[in-house]
Amino acid sequence: MTTPKPQLIAILGATKGMGRALARAAAGRGAKLCLLGRDGDELARSAADLQVRAAAAGHAGPPPSTILCDLEDPLSHAPALLAAEAALGGLDVVVVTAGAFATAAAFDADLGLAGHVLHLDFTCTILFCEAARLRLLERGGGQLVVFGSVAGDRGRKPVGIYGAAKAGLHHYLESLDHRFAAAGLRVLTVKPGFVRTGMTAGLPEPPFAGEPDAVAARVLRAMDRGASVVYAPPIWALVMLVIRWLPRAVMRRVGF
Amino acid sequence: MPRPRSDSVSGWGRVADPGRVVWAERLEAATDGVALLRGLGRSYGDSASPPSDRPVVLATPLADRILAFDPASGLLTAEAGLSLYALNRLLHPRGYFVPVTPGTQFVTLGGMVAADVHGKMHHSAGTIGRHVRALRMRIADGETGLQTLTCSPTVHADLFWATVGGMGLTGAILDVTLQLERIPSPWIEQEVTKHGNLDELLSALQTASATWPSTVAWIDCLRTGAAMGRGVLFAGRWAPADIAPAHSPRWARRGVAFPLESPIDLLTPWTVRIFNEAVYRKQLRARVRGLTSPEQYFYPLDIVKDWNLAYGRRGLTQHQAVLPREAGSAAVRAFLQELTRTEAASFLCVLKDCGDEGGGLLSFPRPGTSIAIDLPVRRDTPAVIARLNAAAHAFGGRIYLAKDRFTTAADFAAMEPRLPAFLEARRRWDPHLRFRSAQSVRLFGDPCEAARPGAR
Ligand SMILES: Cc1cc2nc3c(=O)[nH]c(=O)nc-3n(C[C@H](O)[C@H](O)[C@H](O)COP(=O)(O)OP(=O)(O)OC[C@H]3O[C@@H](n4cnc5c(N)ncnc54)[C@H](O)[C@@H]3O)c2cc1C
Ligand SMILES: NC(=O)c1ccc[n+]([C@@H]2O[C@H](COP(=O)([O-])OP(=O)(O)OC[C@H]3O[C@@H](n4cnc5c(N)ncnc54)[C@H](OP(=O)(O)O)[C@@H]3O)[C@@H](O)[C@H]2O)c1
Repeated sequence: MTTPKPQLIAILGATKGMGRALARAAAGRGAKLCLLGRDGDELARSAADLQVRAAAAGHAGPPPSTILCDLEDPLSHAPALLAAEAALGGLDVVVVTAGAFATAAAFDADLGLAGHVLHLDFTCTILFCEAARLRLLERGGGQLVVFGSVAGDRGRKPVGIYGAAKAGLHHYLESLDHRFAAAGLRVLTVKPGFVRTGMTAGLPEPPFAGEPDAVAARVLRAMDRGASVVYAPPIWALVMLVIRWLPRAVMRRVGF
Repeated sequence: MPRPRSDSVSGWGRVADPGRVVWAERLEAATDGVALLRGLGRSYGDSASPPSDRPVVLATPLADRILAFDPASGLLTAEAGLSLYALNRLLHPRGYFVPVTPGTQFVTLGGMVAADVHGKMHHSAGTIGRHVRALRMRIADGETGLQTLTCSPTVHADLFWATVGGMGLTGAILDVTLQLERIPSPWIEQEVTKHGNLDELLSALQTASATWPSTVAWIDCLRTGAAMGRGVLFAGRWAPADIAPAHSPRWARRGVAFPLESPIDLLTPWTVRIFNEAVYRKQLRARVRGLTSPEQYFYPLDIVKDWNLAYGRRGLTQHQAVLPREAGSAAVRAFLQELTRTEAASFLCVLKDCGDEGGGLLSFPRPGTSIAIDLPVRRDTPAVIARLNAAAHAFGGRIYLAKDRFTTAADFAAMEPRLPAFLEARRRWDPHLRFRSAQSVRLFGDPCEAARPGAR
């Protein structure tokens, strides 16, 4: 099943990491973007970057529009999405890569941080997705692409709290798919493994660490296919298959 | 790109210094906590390692956005962490290339400016500093503060020329504005010639440099006597559009990785002899002319990623010196004799014809011949480097900081009459020496409180 290549994309999180890479890959194949984020200067720098890269790939045009939107401030979500739709002259896809991460050790040292990450990655992200699906459904459908994590696939030692937020997010995204697929909403849950971005900088690298550009290419292909779940790098699908099947007695003993 | 280990910091030579690397997209804010920035760590020694009393260095490669590019003028502004690897893949197919490239594309714009890199085109294009139009920087402000400021050859020119070639010691380079070159075709026209001895090679190098914008020679350092200095000379230029195919050569997506750190030093005199023989023999005819890709021409070493692992756990260093033109070919011969005496095996011995000195206060090249050799690190490496430095100094030569790990402060000062002028400019902008490196502590006498245990 192939769908036409997405053209009008609003993205929350394009200033860094995988969102930056995904925006570059989409701009490089001619998509029209609107960047949502919490810092105007950073959005402007990313918009300039995307304009140059799109032009180098043969898609010269104005820089992507930018709109202030703080994931942590749910009141900003719906107006920002409306503004994005207006700026794009339509809306085919909403992408959410924004999120926060910390290790179990960091949470142990600061419970306030745990509250923040749970709030941002679970509550705020779901509220943003609610605003996004309302916008898309009102237009008769579209695609919602949200970054979860392999950490949400199993309760593992180093990523308990973060993983719990992502697991809850996966659960919600699955229900969206079930509930609104018939109405024309396609929901893609992206489950990255360890990827070299600012979020993971300084952490010890596991095997199979991925690059943001490769993740972006894979996510674009999954979007084109209309897939509902994608692991990136791909090897993590297999790794998590094994980890999901490991007995608790083993999970208690191993370090991951 | 894989990241270095987290409890120590090292350059391409893999000789570790204590310290830790942090990463950030927003260099302007992240500079607050550090004494030094680093790019992709392709300098060989401790240029990009932090001083031991402030052992955190900020890595720039996540700051890789292009902020402006004007296809009409070729003027590019980008964040300092943008790699040449990414830039080549993006703009070479559109007909633009950096006017100066080093021998690897795994470098950042910031690292290129801070080392004021040169390439095979030095005699025609100078160093990268000649083509930099502006630098947005985060520099010291008072005892503890920082300020953001833009400098150029006309605005705060003294800061600009202390920063170009200043090895990160004047402050953090945030954004770089660089003039790119419009290329007539995406291909390189190359002429490769073989020369049986040093005199022949040196005169061929000079003759070629008069007509070719880009030249370099690889020589076999293990040859002594009549065959000393036998080698292969590569001359190149961007191919004129009428002789080049219209399509662009493909850029490799990734190199072949060197499998694992070698448990032993693979570079014994015997393996090197075989390698050098192969390089020399591969060139069957005395003269070959043809088209090649810029990747093969400029970055032959990038084909094997992480080749520094071949040198084993103790790592490698490079000695690169430039001997002034006035000293003549006798100096080059005497220097090579010193080299062969050290019995320090080396894959690479590269000779380069250098042109005019650039504006950077500590910029390396000057008119003459540059000689670079890779050396495996051994117990006697400091002594070997000292001997090579003495030989370079005797002919009025000097060394390249981006390659150095073992030179002493006294030897460096002796070779660098320009050092006081650089230090004075640096003190004007950073009186409290907030920006320092392990190298500046070693070579410039920068203060460094004894490292506190557990300091971060
Ligand atoms: C195989 C190989 C071939 C090479 N060939 C050449 C050659 O032909 N010609 C040549 O000139 N060099 C050559 N080099 C050396 C290399 O080009 C330089 O060392 C260059 O500086 C490396 O860039 P980097 O981004 O890795 O910087 P790093 O090595 O990480 O840093 C180099 C210096 O720049 C400073 N720096 C980096 N970024 C910033 C910033 N944003 N702000 C302030 N300071 C900063 C660091 O503090 C350090 O002093 C070669 C190196 C290798 C490994
Ligand atoms: N990296 C990994 O290994 C990995 C693994 C599994 C899952 N993930 C998930 O994948 C997603 C992307 O990760 P990444 O590594 O690309 O992260 P990243 O590099 O840290 O980028 C995060 C992005 O989110 C934005 N953001 C954060 N908080 C925000 C807020 N309150 N409002 C608006 N924007 C906000 C940031 O914008 P600013 O520029 O304003 O900071 C930035 O653009 C995240 O959901 C993460 O949990 C990552």
